[in-house]
Amino acid sequence: MEYRDLLEQLIRAHGPSGDEEDVCQVIQRNVPATVDEVTVDVMGNLIVHQKGNGPKVMLAAHMDSVGIIVTHIEKNGFLRFGALGGLEPKAIYQAPVRFRNGVGGVIAVNENKAEKEFKLTDLYLDIGAADETEARNLVAVGDTAVFAAPILKNGTRLISPCLDNRAGCVALLAVMQQVKNPVNDLYFVFTAQEEVGLRGAKPVSWSLEPDYALVVDVTCPDDVPGALHEGTTAVGKGTAIKVMDHSMIAHLAMVAQLSRLADEIGITVQKDLLKVGGTDAGAVHVSRSGVLTGGVSIPCRYTHTPTELIDQTDLEACVELIRAFCESELVRR
Amino acid sequence: MLKLTRQLCAISGVSSREDAVRDFIADTLLPFASDMRTDPMGNLIVFKEGRKHTGNKLLLDAHMDEVGIMVSGYTKDGCLRFSFVGGVDRRVVLGKRVYIGTERILGIFGMKPVHLSTKEERKSIPKLESLYIDIGAKDETEARTLVKLGEVGVFDGESLLFGNGLLKSKAIDDRAGCAAMIKLAQEELAMDCNFVFSTQEEVGTRGAFASSFSVKPEIALMMEATTAADLPGTPGGKRVCAPGSGVVIPYMDGGIIYDRKLFEQLRCLAEEHHIPWQTKEYISGGTNGRVYQRSCGGVRVAGLAVATRYLHAPTSVAAVSDLGSMLRLARLFIDRIAEED
Repeated sequence: MEYRDLLEQLIRAHGPSGDEEDVCQVIQRNVPATVDEVTVDVMGNLIVHQKGNGPKVMLAAHMDSVGIIVTHIEKNGFLRFGALGGLEPKAIYQAPVRFRNGVGGVIAVNENKAEKEFKLTDLYLDIGAADETEARNLVAVGDTAVFAAPILKNGTRLISPCLDNRAGCVALLAVMQQVKNPVNDLYFVFTAQEEVGLRGAKPVSWSLEPDYALVVDVTCPDDVPGALHEGTTAVGKGTAIKVMDHSMIAHLAMVAQLSRLADEIGITVQKDLLKVGGTDAGAVHVSRSGVLTGGVSIPCRYTHTPTELIDQTDLEACVELIRAFCESELVRR
Repeated sequence: MLKLTRQLCAISGVSSREDAVRDFIADTLLPFASDMRTDPMGNLIVFKEGRKHTGNKLLLDAHMDEVGIMVSGYTKDGCLRFSFVGGVDRRVVLGKRVYIGTERILGIFGMKPVHLSTKEERKSIPKLESLYIDIGAKDETEARTLVKLGEVGVFDGESLLFGNGLLKSKAIDDRAGCAAMIKLAQEELAMDCNFVFSTQEEVGTRGAFASSFSVKPEIALMMEATTAADLPGTPGGKRVCAPGSGVVIPYMDGGIIYDRKLFEQLRCLAEEHHIPWQTKEYISGGTNGRVYQRSCGGVRVAGLAVATRYLHAPTSVAAVSDLGSMLRLARLFIDRIAEED
């Protein structure tokens, strides 16, 4: 199937917030030779420029994933850690993780803690080290790790860690390959440190000063048993046009434009409204004197766990919609 | 370095009222600065030319402000209601002294005496609303004439040396950083340095929003004091760092993941030059670094800090040896950055 190899490569690359070098390199290797310029800024954002005569459009997907960072090594060889991004202690308990150097570990919890009492500080990381010395030979305080779980496939459904937001990165790489003669001046930005507070997107949108921005990220669907109706999307029902979340209200002109384009190319779309969570769009739309910003979302269940779930057809539809946007006539602002 | 730190700690400079600290630093550095200006936020920006002319490339930041209180009301019997300026633990002020306004009116943090409090009240920490400051006024009218609404108060925290090379004082956060930067600015430096003595860090890293855009550095080094929790009964993983174990080189705190390469550079420099160092073994706190990092098109940010117990209390405690380690490592860092390209 299309995109799948690339997605798997990106999922396996190390790239928690603030430590995105490996995933950045994998993306760079997959950038087509037809682009005009590739740069990495001081925050670690990867910027791919594909020149066009139209308005400046920034297309953004964050390349960092959630992860953990070692804060302390105990005498008995167990590790304490901090969260990189929003981690729910109950959901990551017993998750397998992998460090950049390949060292593996499992997240465990102090004995005698009832599940409802779990706090991040009750969790520890077991890398099987016999004592502090052995542990220090394997990892150092400040080292990062990500979820290391298998990539499972059932038809078009994928279950894997890091789909948030390597799925979005794949979408941008696919668009880059498909847009041959861009009408608009395109900047594909793979941002750093989104999971810790949209930190990469802020400076890069300041530098680029785009006229338009389109952010692609996963969204929390509302299609699971007992869902609280904090969202509106369902997995497998098409890509979703962002209307609002906790970080941004999408510009109405962008919502209208994307809806019109979806009609034109004949794809089914959903509307994405989310009471919680946010994306890089939150930082981009208030950059400088404001940027006309919209979002395209891929519904993803169980985000920030080792077992995130998406439907590949949603990802493919997302690519089509973004490509249509890149090739559409935009008013110069 | 110790004498200078103690001099700086003694000055009052609650967030937004940093004037006295700024005047002291400006006077001290006047003979050494190549250029000096105060911006609208009150940040004092001292430019010092070095052997290599690098302009705005390197910025160093230490904040001048300290935590304290702000007067928010009066009681009928002449006491003051107040809010904290910056993050202060209510438990640490009870029975302590505070000096309010430029007139330095003495006040005492008071609360209901023990025989009037209920069993329940004695078990919990009193709410801010039940605390007051007693300035000895006979009634509300007298209190109003002595102290104006909105006046700030500073903790009385005389500096003392005690124990095995420890310094106790108010405002070690961040006069320790200011002292190190003053020392550096008085030396001949390997490259141009922009020293920012910033304001309003304690209320949300506010001064840095202005200085980051006016200086537009490529690299920013935070010179800070950070919380140490090496206290009896605290497990290793929550101790953060400890006074006397060397300068703190952080890789992450509540507001920033520091530039990984600069973090490693600092770590190597400390090892090479046998400067005692430690890192934060728990993620907590925040610095102006979070603002610099994401200003303009992005800035590479590194940090150094002095491990300080009881950080936002009238009696914070740091090790004298760590002050020296921070200064030495900062100097080496400047040298190393100057050698690049």
